[in-house]
Amino acid sequence: MSDTTHHGPPTGIRRWLFTTNHKDIGTLYLVFSLVMLFVGGAMAMIIRLELFQPGLQFVNPEFFNQMTTLHALVMVFGMIMPAFAGFANWMVPLMIGAPDMALPRLNNFSFWILPFAALMLVSTLFMPGGGPASGWTLYPPLVLQTGDAFPFVIFSVHLLGISSILAAINIIVTIMNMRTPDMPLLKMPLFVWTWLITAYLLILVMPVLAGAVTMLFTDQFFGTSFFQAAGGGDPVLFQHIFWFFGHPEVYIIILPSFGIISQIIPTFSRKPLFGHDSMVYATASIAFLSCIVWAHHMFTVGMPLAGQLYFMLSTMLIAIPTGVKIFNWTATMWRGSLSFETPMLFAIAFLFLFTFGGFSGVMMALTPADIQYHDSYFIVAHFHYVLVPGAMFAAIAGVYYWLPKWTGHMYDERLGKIHFWLSAISVNLTFFPQHFVGLAGMPRRIPDYALQFADLNAFMSIGGFLFGLSQLLFLWGVVRCMRGIGDKATDRVWEGAQGLEWEVPSPAPYHTFDTPPVVK
Amino acid sequence: MTTTTHQKYYVPHDSAWPIVGALALLLIGYGAATWISQLDQPEARRGPVILAAGALLLVVTLFGWFGKVIDESQRGLYSDQLDRSFRQCMSWFIFSEVMFFLAFFGALFYARVVAVPWLDGAGNNEMTAEILWPQFEAAWPLLKTPGGTETQAMPWSGLPLWNTLILLASSVTLQVAHVAIERGNRARLKLFLAITVLLGATFLFLQGYEYMHAYRDLGLRLDSGVYGNTFYLLTGFHGLHVTIGALILLVVLLRIVIKDHFTAERHFGFQAAAWYWHFVDVVWLNLFIFVYVL
Repeated sequence: MSDTTHHGPPTGIRRWLFTTNHKDIGTLYLVFSLVMLFVGGAMAMIIRLELFQPGLQFVNPEFFNQMTTLHALVMVFGMIMPAFAGFANWMVPLMIGAPDMALPRLNNFSFWILPFAALMLVSTLFMPGGGPASGWTLYPPLVLQTGDAFPFVIFSVHLLGISSILAAINIIVTIMNMRTPDMPLLKMPLFVWTWLITAYLLILVMPVLAGAVTMLFTDQFFGTSFFQAAGGGDPVLFQHIFWFFGHPEVYIIILPSFGIISQIIPTFSRKPLFGHDSMVYATASIAFLSCIVWAHHMFTVGMPLAGQLYFMLSTMLIAIPTGVKIFNWTATMWRGSLSFETPMLFAIAFLFLFTFGGFSGVMMALTPADIQYHDSYFIVAHFHYVLVPGAMFAAIAGVYYWLPKWTGHMYDERLGKIHFWLSAISVNLTFFPQHFVGLAGMPRRIPDYALQFADLNAFMSIGGFLFGLSQLLFLWGVVRCMRGIGDKATDRVWEGAQGLEWEVPSPAPYHTFDTPPVVK
Repeated sequence: MTTTTHQKYYVPHDSAWPIVGALALLLIGYGAATWISQLDQPEARRGPVILAAGALLLVVTLFGWFGKVIDESQRGLYSDQLDRSFRQCMSWFIFSEVMFFLAFFGALFYARVVAVPWLDGAGNNEMTAEILWPQFEAAWPLLKTPGGTETQAMPWSGLPLWNTLILLASSVTLQVAHVAIERGNRARLKLFLAITVLLGATFLFLQGYEYMHAYRDLGLRLDSGVYGNTFYLLTGFHGLHVTIGALILLVVLLRIVIKDHFTAERHFGFQAAAWYWHFVDVVWLNLFIFVYVL
């Protein structure tokens, strides 16, 4: 029975193409995500370059809008979601004491769909008529004016969806079926919990997105009129279906971040997480609420008053479970024996800046106020605060936190701290002024602007370039560890670290937990 | 299961099928998009060729991949725990399919309850309707669109009712086959599984006939406004799922007849196919009620 005996990694490229190992696939996800970070980042740099001065300098408006669209699609589907899928692959089996993901071949299938889909998406830039320029929301009728690239965009969204759904199913089954026998659900680490809930959200909403883009497709090519009034349809219908996906999607992005932060803060506070169970219930409440608030993205589109009131009030409810989380993290640090290594610095920056982004979210939940903010740079400021120093900082914190476990080598602490301070300062230089220009009336997704916004835009562009360049330090730090430069990591790595993943050697062996471990 | 000895969870060797399957999906998407956008030269169409290559590669992948799984299962490598993984995986996959259909049901409800009445001035849209579509009158089924396209409604009695009965009957015959496999009655299993597949094929044939009737006699087309759109996309995607489900059942049947696979105790492949079939059946019941009857 040679099939059941141990097998080490095959050598060379085969290992990465054909792997069924959760650690290899996790690495693939993370490396892919890092590549896409710089692809999407380059697009952001083009956006900031054009906005450095008023008037049109470098790109034409059509290309500018393709950049805003693809920057968003690449960052959401190509960077941040794969990053968290990579964390899930690496860490969930280690944290619950499972030998691997539940369905290892399906796992590799989920991964390899991604680069192919991303290739198809980015290749649209080189097609006649260029890439999609409608914004990542793909609203009709605007998106139907896309050139030859249109069906490629639709099918790449389908592929990304298939990849996410299959990965989510795998994660759910792994968590529900593969836990070591003495780990009941409420003893699971918070990262596992947040991913379990995220995975449920994914299988709930990704198929709906597939339905939405399928209707766009038939509207364009087969004469249906789902989104055309002349045939009895309504373009607003697309917005409803899209945001039924789109709002849970933002929690799909942020819940794993919550999970990572919930692992890091206790470690560097040397205290258990405050209110573990309430964190679980808060996460579940956020996930539930996220499914019933979608039309707060559409306050200006023309909705009955009852609808506006309902979506306003239900949206504000989200602040309650989110507040529970923020207070729990703060209480975890209270009277802890704190130390400030790079992961902790990023986690604390997350805590401040995500909360800040959350506050501007509550402002926009108010329908009458939102009508003023809508489609302005205030919105851009809001979602970049929750996504960049929110989700992305959490991902970076997680990388620094687990990199020693993955590679067996410590990252360079000084380099990490420089990376942190440059990122934390420049991210605020970039996005903080966007609140002001937004409130003063600067619209989003337009390459030119009125003269009074010139100074702040130049300022934001400089901040943006600095932020972009700072991430090269991150790349350098990660590559150093991967190439085996740096101090050897101990098994526990961090003094205050708790959990099964710290019981195995660093780097984690190719196969771990053939037999279920005992939870202390 | 706390004190019993742990049965090892089977972690497979590296495999080429996942990446080949992903490549197949890419080729299908790329080929179909090239074809429909007419990006290639009219004298030498690459789109259909790429699409066909992708589809072929997908079929090869399915045979190779599932063949490997069946082989491993037959060799007894799979533990009860792995069996539970398969079961849970299939359940959540079916759930995601339900959500896919829900998007189209949602479109149907929205069009019917919101979009169409608003176009006729419901809510506070009176002046808009007066200016844009003064002739339009809201109704469901929407037989005359604001743009003036006319069609006839598909009645629920007749063919659709027969099709409903056929699908319901197929669920019953499948259940009989299920009981038979658990009791080890192979002859009855084969008979009723074959009947189920035949009923599925009959359904598909009648559905095709209904489409022809709709196009020729009723003028109910895919582009006949939102009534035709929801009608064809819902029944069309359902028909696609019946096709897939029938093919899965056929493969299961062939495995039973030719290779004598599955036992009374271990028959998850059969069960997964059965779940899928019942799911398709439930979707049809909703379709029958909301698309045809109401």
